[in-house]
Amino acid sequence: MRPRIGELLWNTGRLVAGAIAASLVIGVGCAWVIERTDLPFRRLWHGLLVAPLAVPAFVNSYGWVSLTHDVQGYAGAVLIVTLSYYPLVYLPVVATLRGLDPALEETAYALNQSRWGAFRRVVLPQLRPAMLGGSLLVGLHLLSEFGALQMLRFPTFTTAIYDQYRSTFNGAAANMIAGVLVLCCVLLLAAELRLRGHRRYARVSHGAQRPVERQRLGLAGWPTGLLLAGVVGLAVGVPAYSLLHWLAVGSSTAFPLHDLISAAGTSLGLGAAAAALTVLLAIPVAWLAVRYRNLVSTAVERSTYVANALPGIVVALALVTVSIRVVQPIYQTYVLLLLAYAIMFLPRAVVSVRAALEQAPVVLDDVAHSLGTGSLATARRVTLPIIAPGIGAGAALVFLAVATELTATLMLAPIDTATLATKFWSASSSVAYGAAAPYALLMVLISVPATILLGRQSVLGTPDGRMAP
Amino acid sequence: MSSLSIDSVTRTFGPVVAVDDVSLVVPHGSITAVLGPSGCGKTTLLRLIAGFLAPDTGTIRFNDRVVAGPGLHVAPQQRRVGYVPQEGALFPHLDAGANIGFGLPRAERRSARITEMLDLVGLPGSYASRHPHELSGGQQQRVALARALAPKPSVVLLDEPFSSLDASLRASTGRAVVQALHAADATAVLVTHDQDEALSLADQVAVMRDGRLVQAASPYDLYRSPVDPDVARFVGGAAILPALVRNGVATCVLGELPVDGDCADGEAQVLVRPEQLRVDGSVGSVKARVGQVSFYGHDAAVRLELVPDGPSMVARIPGLDAPAVESTVTVGVAGRVVAYSATPPSAGPSDG
Repeated sequence: MRPRIGELLWNTGRLVAGAIAASLVIGVGCAWVIERTDLPFRRLWHGLLVAPLAVPAFVNSYGWVSLTHDVQGYAGAVLIVTLSYYPLVYLPVVATLRGLDPALEETAYALNQSRWGAFRRVVLPQLRPAMLGGSLLVGLHLLSEFGALQMLRFPTFTTAIYDQYRSTFNGAAANMIAGVLVLCCVLLLAAELRLRGHRRYARVSHGAQRPVERQRLGLAGWPTGLLLAGVVGLAVGVPAYSLLHWLAVGSSTAFPLHDLISAAGTSLGLGAAAAALTVLLAIPVAWLAVRYRNLVSTAVERSTYVANALPGIVVALALVTVSIRVVQPIYQTYVLLLLAYAIMFLPRAVVSVRAALEQAPVVLDDVAHSLGTGSLATARRVTLPIIAPGIGAGAALVFLAVATELTATLMLAPIDTATLATKFWSASSSVAYGAAAPYALLMVLISVPATILLGRQSVLGTPDGRMAP
Repeated sequence: MSSLSIDSVTRTFGPVVAVDDVSLVVPHGSITAVLGPSGCGKTTLLRLIAGFLAPDTGTIRFNDRVVAGPGLHVAPQQRRVGYVPQEGALFPHLDAGANIGFGLPRAERRSARITEMLDLVGLPGSYASRHPHELSGGQQQRVALARALAPKPSVVLLDEPFSSLDASLRASTGRAVVQALHAADATAVLVTHDQDEALSLADQVAVMRDGRLVQAASPYDLYRSPVDPDVARFVGGAAILPALVRNGVATCVLGELPVDGDCADGEAQVLVRPEQLRVDGSVGSVKARVGQVSFYGHDAAVRLELVPDGPSMVARIPGLDAPAVESTVTVGVAGRVVAYSATPPSAGPSDG
């Protein structure tokens, strides 16, 4: 067992390090081009650069693997997970750059700094929290990534846990690897906290912000555009081409319309139920955190974020262990599955609901009370109308995440339950690429609205500048 | 509208006594400013009146109706207070008209009352359909006042309503708000840390310090006869000079000055306001060197250093009469001064 753990640690470590480094280069570079140069069609480019979020990572790797097996192994794994997850760095960096007062850069120029000097000494330090937050998200996603890496035959902790659990039902071994994996997550969180420090980047004045003077690209616009096109082409173009290719091949044999509809129905039903449950749990947590700020409520709120760092496979494994030992009747039922979804996706809902609640400060309640409105009427006439969009956004995010969730669904769903993700998984694992394509396409289509939502949220900004994963 | 009386109200937060045995009467239809530095308890007092907080001890009455007292706490929604918080806090999801109509019965929410209220605060009726983000800071503040006044409250409470506005807007919005409050015959309490605002807008100013109410008086009396040197410094420029009082005359570095009101003979401190100082030689005989001169046009703040090594003080001189920097002038004091006897320490000037 020991050497195996060592190999997994080495694999996981170099994958996380490589993908974070590559994501930072692509994310910050693209963000600077979009926010600080006069490249034409910037809005379109922005949309295309965010688009990889709409392609689940395991669909992306399916797209590549089904075209060439050369991507299996370390280099291919770094390439593909980077293409899937660099938007997690790109989005917060774009948001920070957009919110950054151009006067800061102008002040640097006035102090005789070159454009590069101003970027390095003034802009980059301001981007630090966004870069760290984005890197943390990439790292956590990679630690919990199962489908993509399994398909790329690149073993990490998560794939090893699954194999142990599935092939030998060796609960003890799986639990041990899971323990090491959780330790890795905690180390990553601690590293981020440590690097982030307690510094605050205050904006001094709240005067109106002038539009930024953009760098003129001139002839350099062409190579810059080509670079962006390369990123988008690899990240979106390749899986899209592959998907359409296999769709054409697959539909020539048989189109499983009935299976497709029933799997989509199950996915959407699970998504809706999980969204409702998660938001119901998120509202009191966010309410306490915003309205009754004290040690206990902060601890409750922070504890939900811990789940954010827990890979789905660990949550699933823990629930399997607990349900078998303590509450046998709910093992392999929808109750357990929904519980797993709620634990995994509660942080997203809390972030959205919390941001919404902060739009409805207590003083509005005070005013409503002074105007003769009781507590219930105030909730109905003031608080709810203000926070409804945020609650809706949170519910939508959870809904769409559940509709494409793979790992926990594979481990916890009742036998014979078929969702889009599990149908896709069983088809592509048995190298039936054509049969997998329609399910992949449906998942991508379902993910598009969530991606648009995330793109908007990042621009509006969440309270602590961090984005929901 | 009704009068407001606060009787021996105390409120603590853990070990901190935020409001300490405060008694205050706000007569019907008048505006009282509660003035104090931040952390003095003035906002807590306002929240006690509104009913957002309950006092530990003491009684609050609207006319004869007790709204807070021993064993009794009327909820804010039953007190009928109008509340105008900092920055207005308009409901962001409602337009100005719906904001103003929020506290009205359902039938009146879209009636002529909205236009009437907009008119009262000096805004055109067409503004009813504007959303808060389409209004300037001053306009938001006026809509917030209209919203507070619309249900005809017993008392209107304003919590630093102008602090987020810039200087020019602050004065004009302040005047408009006072005009609307008087037109509505409202009883109002205005919390502020800005002494100019308090003195210029209110009928009565109540000064708070460390949770205690140290003086409540008309703006004129407060400025002329502050209860102690700290209040004197807080409500305006002040030179506090050591003096010896005998038979109503204080002798200090500026010469012999007549004392306003009673003051026991012996050691004391006298209060000289900057605008009481004259440098044209018309009164006094003390020589001073002119230091920094801050010229404002209508007047100038002139720093005077008494020769040879006397204390320095600031004089307010009409702008065109300001002396040159580094020149030597003759300093004197016009009018009477207030004296604070050193023994016993609590003794102050009598009113009037």
